[in-house]
Amino acid sequence: MIDISTEFFGKKIKNPLILASGVLGVTRGTLESVCEHGCGAVTTKSLSLEPKKGHEGPNIVETECGLLNAMGYPNPGIDTGLQELNGWKMDDALIISIVGKDAKEFGQLAAKIELAKKELGASAVEAVISCPHTPGYGMMAGQGTCGSITEITNAIKENTKLPLIMKLSPSVPGEVAAAKAAEQAGADAINMGNSLGPGMKIDINRKSRLPGFGMGGLSGPAIKPIAIRCVYFISEAIGIPVIGTGGVNSGADAIEMMMAGANYVGVGTSVYYRGIGAFGEISNEISDWMKMNGYAKLKDIVGAAHSKK
Amino acid sequence: MDDFEITNPMYTNRIKKILEENYRIKSIEIEHDMIEAEPGQFLMVWIPGLGERPMSIANNRPLTISVANVGTVSGELHKLKQGEQISYRGPLGRPFDLGLQYKTELKCKTTQCVSTENSKFENKCDCCCGIDEASKQESGHPKLGTGNPKHILTIGGGYGVVPMYFLCKTAREHGIDAYAIIGGRCEKDVVYEKHLFVVCKEVFVTTDDGSRGKKGTVMAEFEWLIKEKKFDWVYTCGPEKMMKAIAEKCVELKIPCQVSLERHMKCGTGVCGSCAINGMLTCKDGPVFDAEQVLKFSEFGKVSRDGCGNRKEM
Repeated sequence: MIDISTEFFGKKIKNPLILASGVLGVTRGTLESVCEHGCGAVTTKSLSLEPKKGHEGPNIVETECGLLNAMGYPNPGIDTGLQELNGWKMDDALIISIVGKDAKEFGQLAAKIELAKKELGASAVEAVISCPHTPGYGMMAGQGTCGSITEITNAIKENTKLPLIMKLSPSVPGEVAAAKAAEQAGADAINMGNSLGPGMKIDINRKSRLPGFGMGGLSGPAIKPIAIRCVYFISEAIGIPVIGTGGVNSGADAIEMMMAGANYVGVGTSVYYRGIGAFGEISNEISDWMKMNGYAKLKDIVGAAHSKK
Repeated sequence: MDDFEITNPMYTNRIKKILEENYRIKSIEIEHDMIEAEPGQFLMVWIPGLGERPMSIANNRPLTISVANVGTVSGELHKLKQGEQISYRGPLGRPFDLGLQYKTELKCKTTQCVSTENSKFENKCDCCCGIDEASKQESGHPKLGTGNPKHILTIGGGYGVVPMYFLCKTAREHGIDAYAIIGGRCEKDVVYEKHLFVVCKEVFVTTDDGSRGKKGTVMAEFEWLIKEKKFDWVYTCGPEKMMKAIAEKCVELKIPCQVSLERHMKCGTGVCGSCAINGMLTCKDGPVFDAEQVLKFSEFGKVSRDGCGNRKEM
């Protein structure tokens, strides 16, 4: 088996796979289970200042080419959320995802994490500014602009010393400028990206919109080509690491994402198609592919597509 | 074009019949004949514009759900009339194991298939403890106990009786003798007694105030009956503390036992993680779990979570 371990902000992780935020991340038990099933790093469900119930269901509906989800950030709030995660002991990295209405809220959330940092055992903070379907947050609050990204990044960096990942949207044009703005404001990595959209499904029998919120972010196979393109151009423009998230469902998909320039690969919707075993399976597929094709190190794959036109 | 098939479609069908089971429970029969539902599974039932809730399946032919009027979505379901549309996804979740020939699935996709502290127990699927090739060929699905059961005991508390009826009916169709203990606070809370009577060898009813059947709890009846008769397998659905006591007793007596859990579900398909219990997902790894398995969960009988993910002591 080829060693595909890598480094993630000072922690050695067994592979470059990262559980995307919003999937299986409500409880410590499921996050640990994802690690046991072969994931290198896990991201919590996004935590907000106050508890949130989220949208009414259906929260996830299947389409012909992926999932439409509109969860609406259900979470117990940052205080309870951090208690749940306190004292992370797994070898795999823990990323705390936060979501705020504005830069001020992001700053407050970061300050709370900074206070709990010692006991927490987290490797990084991820700020989501790209949700396509929650009023008051992300794209619906205009957080995707360069100005807003700079402001939010600054606010978080001022309040915590933990490495910061900015999670951008594949839905807005100008992703390269957005990533540059984040880098210049001090972000330590870019996660490209969130679900695409929002999209909408009409149930023709009920003449009614789905998911329950009326629209939702598209994830899964359909969005992979867009994520790949975004990762390719972002990784060319910035010097900080890139997490490539969007439609990865196999080892070959992960290799493709890394060749586009991703240092790490986000996996989320694959859990729907392959179950929680997806992480271990994709990890094995990556090393099998490398072995078959004569690659010895991940380094030889990351950004490999950039040397050729 | 196989790649474009949707595995979890939203079905919409007409309501065939509505039965009033008691003052707050209605059974809704749906015109959907070709569905392959197994006892213990559930549907995610959708009221457009309002929400979606998990409802346990009370029967497969006709496809039936029983709905207690306890909230907004169930309240709307109670207003539906015969001939109107009803929409749902499913059947979802791991069913009860009756030792029948389930669809062969050599590789189990549940999260229990890894060697963690929670999953090191015997008679599980091939990926966690390597059952031999022969038995893998035979069923491919985790087996409860060994051999086919002849006599089963089901214990249902409150609405927990609903899936027990489907289980007993299925057992009877396969020549297995089913016995049922059902309980409620008082006479008007006892549901499905008549239905169970048709498919069971014997039905034992208890109420807290003695207004129907024996006065007392199902637990007292269970402790008596389990000594009185020999049961191969035991199944239970109801309040979690009751299920915990039954699971403990069965493990002590070395009788295979399964319980059906309830947690706050959202996606119903193992993605969102809302219904987690100690790292397992009630919607996908459950709702049916083996007694040995749940007794290792520190949250079993103690902690559940609300829609935000807040822990609630039971």
